[in-house]
Amino acid sequence: MQTLTRVRAIVNEQPVEFLCEPRQSLLECLRDILGLTGSKEGCNDGNCGACTVILDGRPVNSCLVLGVEAEGCRITTIEGIARGTELHPLQRAFLNQAALQCGFCTPGLIVAAKALLDEDPDPSEERIRAFLANNLCRCTGYDKVVRAVQDAAAAGREEVPA
Amino acid sequence: MSAHGYKVVGTRPVRPDGADKVTGRAAYGADVHLAGLLYGAVLRSPHAHARIRRIDTRGAEALEGVRAVITASDFPPADAGRIIDLGEGQQTVAEVRGNMLASGKALYKGHAVAAVAAVNRHVAEEALGLIEVDYEPLPAVLTALEAMREDAPILHETLTRKELGTDTGEVSNVAEHFRFELGDLEQGLAEADVVVEREFDTATVHQGYIEPQNATALWNQDGRIHVWSSTQGAFVVRDTVAAALNVPVSRVKATPMEIGGGFGGKIRVYLEPVAALLSRKSGRPVKIVMSRQEVFEGTGPTPGSHIRVKVGARRDGRISAAYAFLAYEAGAYPGSMADCGAMCIFSPYDIANLCVDGYNIVVNKPSTAAYRAPGATNAAFAGESVMDEVAERLGMDPIDFRLRNAAHEGTRRADGPKFRRIGCVEVLEAMKNHPHYSAPLEGPNRGRGVAVGFWFNVGLASACTIGVNADGTVNLVEGSTDIGGTRASIAMQAAEVLGLRAEDVHPVVVDTDSIAYTAVTGGSRTTFATGWAAYEAAHDVLRQMKERAARLLETEPECVEYQDGVFRSGESRMTFAEVAARLNETGGPVTGRAGVNPRGAGGSYAGAIADVEVDPETGRVSILRFTSVQDAGKAIHPAYVEGQMQGGSAQGIGWALNEEYCLSPGGAMQNSSFLDYRMPTSLDLPMIETVIVEVPNPGHPFGVRGVGEANIVPPPGAIANAIYRAAGVRLSRLPMKPETVMEAIWAQRD
Repeated sequence: MQTLTRVRAIVNEQPVEFLCEPRQSLLECLRDILGLTGSKEGCNDGNCGACTVILDGRPVNSCLVLGVEAEGCRITTIEGIARGTELHPLQRAFLNQAALQCGFCTPGLIVAAKALLDEDPDPSEERIRAFLANNLCRCTGYDKVVRAVQDAAAAGREEVPA
Repeated sequence: MSAHGYKVVGTRPVRPDGADKVTGRAAYGADVHLAGLLYGAVLRSPHAHARIRRIDTRGAEALEGVRAVITASDFPPADAGRIIDLGEGQQTVAEVRGNMLASGKALYKGHAVAAVAAVNRHVAEEALGLIEVDYEPLPAVLTALEAMREDAPILHETLTRKELGTDTGEVSNVAEHFRFELGDLEQGLAEADVVVEREFDTATVHQGYIEPQNATALWNQDGRIHVWSSTQGAFVVRDTVAAALNVPVSRVKATPMEIGGGFGGKIRVYLEPVAALLSRKSGRPVKIVMSRQEVFEGTGPTPGSHIRVKVGARRDGRISAAYAFLAYEAGAYPGSMADCGAMCIFSPYDIANLCVDGYNIVVNKPSTAAYRAPGATNAAFAGESVMDEVAERLGMDPIDFRLRNAAHEGTRRADGPKFRRIGCVEVLEAMKNHPHYSAPLEGPNRGRGVAVGFWFNVGLASACTIGVNADGTVNLVEGSTDIGGTRASIAMQAAEVLGLRAEDVHPVVVDTDSIAYTAVTGGSRTTFATGWAAYEAAHDVLRQMKERAARLLETEPECVEYQDGVFRSGESRMTFAEVAARLNETGGPVTGRAGVNPRGAGGSYAGAIADVEVDPETGRVSILRFTSVQDAGKAIHPAYVEGQMQGGSAQGIGWALNEEYCLSPGGAMQNSSFLDYRMPTSLDLPMIETVIVEVPNPGHPFGVRGVGEANIVPPPGAIANAIYRAAGVRLSRLPMKPETVMEAIWAQRD
């Protein structure tokens, strides 16, 4: 057994503190230590995007970040996307567009799409496709996913006029 | 109910499990957590073919934190030759166990040989490195044609070749040669004015579900085994665990967790019995989750194949004869779905004289599993490429040629049965009439191709119960795991019968102790068969509710009519909710139930129109536009039907252009990660246009056919035909990756 290290971070706006082994990934810490199992492990080598979280404003594969590297960071996971009892416009759009089938890649896609809309509230289809190319989905062929992001972007622009 | 009078069927409500799946709350297999949980890991063979002389587990057992180590010798005694049917064909107990933990020989690189349970995954992985296995490497055989040779290394000393239904007694890698025959092939070829014969090869590909296989098991002190896993069929899990561990099925409870994709690959069971054995040895619950590399190397991909197709047609455009030779790689154990390929390859056509020879061949690759219309896509790539060439030789438009020969009600399928009402003609007409087909395609190196495909769909057993709530809603209990929105499509069929809104039916997928036997989510059967069970259970509810309403309305049940949520007798009326609120004073709770095993699955046809651009410098093929057409029979939830069509198309595009197992000469997979096994990303695909054709299936109360599979069948053929029009080369090998395309272009230039 390895020595445990103390990590303090802000996860979904809440301060958290946990002990982890230096070899544990952030994904493992989120899932197995903090109980935030919404982030999924599809490959554990940074190629599927199912574990995407926003770390200090940037979308990252949490399987490629060590838990100890999260010290002092601000992290948003899929569990932190909804606004209280209201779904986020992206979550509503995914449901209305039927943009998920099995739902396993959905948390990563929604988190990545949020990072995109935070940066660019009116992305082109090409931009959406390029931005989400790190997130594999095997069920949908991406058509309805791209449409959902377009819908959410439009809804977001209505909510907060530029 | 009139065909156009549906209130719920054909609408697009939000799926019942939607909120859980967009908030991260939905619990998949890897999310299971139990007190005292141990983590398992599996040691796998580094050799594609090797005798296992000895396994020494002492080093692993001595590592701090390790709680159990097992090998195949830990399976309890059982009759190894007993044959069991697990929903995907029959296997012996020895074969079922052999693929879970190798005994005697490792038959592919990645074959499981031992397993460990430890306090966390890192310790378990460390322990694997301390297990010593003494292997005697043997020569490996990796393709169907090599394995058919008389001097090929033999995988199974006990496997004998079945020749046209008769066991020859000859030890062979060819498990089976079968033949489907109609009419007189030679006569048909003699009548032909044009004959085209071509050979094809298709690579091994994987279903590529994003969620790896997983299993958690608890072998309880009372002897009962409880497993949690992501599976297409909880009852297959229950029955496989029982067979592998030689316990009665009543001792096993399988809880299906949410499933992150399957496409046929999560029917076969790999981990559950292994986790159960580790649990028995350690006295604690054990969870095993595969890595992506293990998924590629240790689970069943779909067969690679070698195919030869010969088609003859007369000058009037009619096909007079068709022949196919299908040699499919089953992987390490028999069972390759060559029969399904043989059933499907010529099914879009009405051909009087045809013959299909199928070969089911074992090779030193992972034991293959179903993949969305298993066997049909390989065959259709070959068949539709040849059909395209025949049409060209006849100077006919490829869709007109197919319409001239299209299968229809009464056409006989290669394997014998006559079609009932089918939608092949309607699919072809929808393709021809789609604006995509007539849109100009300008620019150099661009081409448009079409293809059609067929999948027969299945029925199989499903159970359903419906309980009425006092607020006028109902709970619907079913045993079909929901991969792509079937909670919605099943609940909607019950809602239609009950005159309720879709959101007033709450579907729940339960464990094997809580519902009667239900077959796998596969074969495009769930909306068809479990939907039918829901339909029957809803009628059972209505019969009982009419009796209750009659009591309250002081009349006889046969005098009560029910429409649009209201019970009526003369001038008196009560709503469904009003009757539901008074169940306890009219006789107690109401439960509707049904068990079905329908035979009337109607086959589904699909077509694809693909526009491509071929880069003449690199051979890279880009998809410019893609349209998928499919006969759904009746689309219960059209958005999820479109989703199936788009997803199947995307998988077909990946199969056509990029995906393959790249093996070393020794049989080791060289690309077992999502970086190197290249599945389509959002950037590789355009929007995928869909046309839902509805030719109702006479064998279902709402006309449902099932839509999960046929859509993957046409894309590789359509893309090959488009590449021909773009670059002037006919490709005979999948995937049509840049180097394959360039080699064909260079060969043509020479």
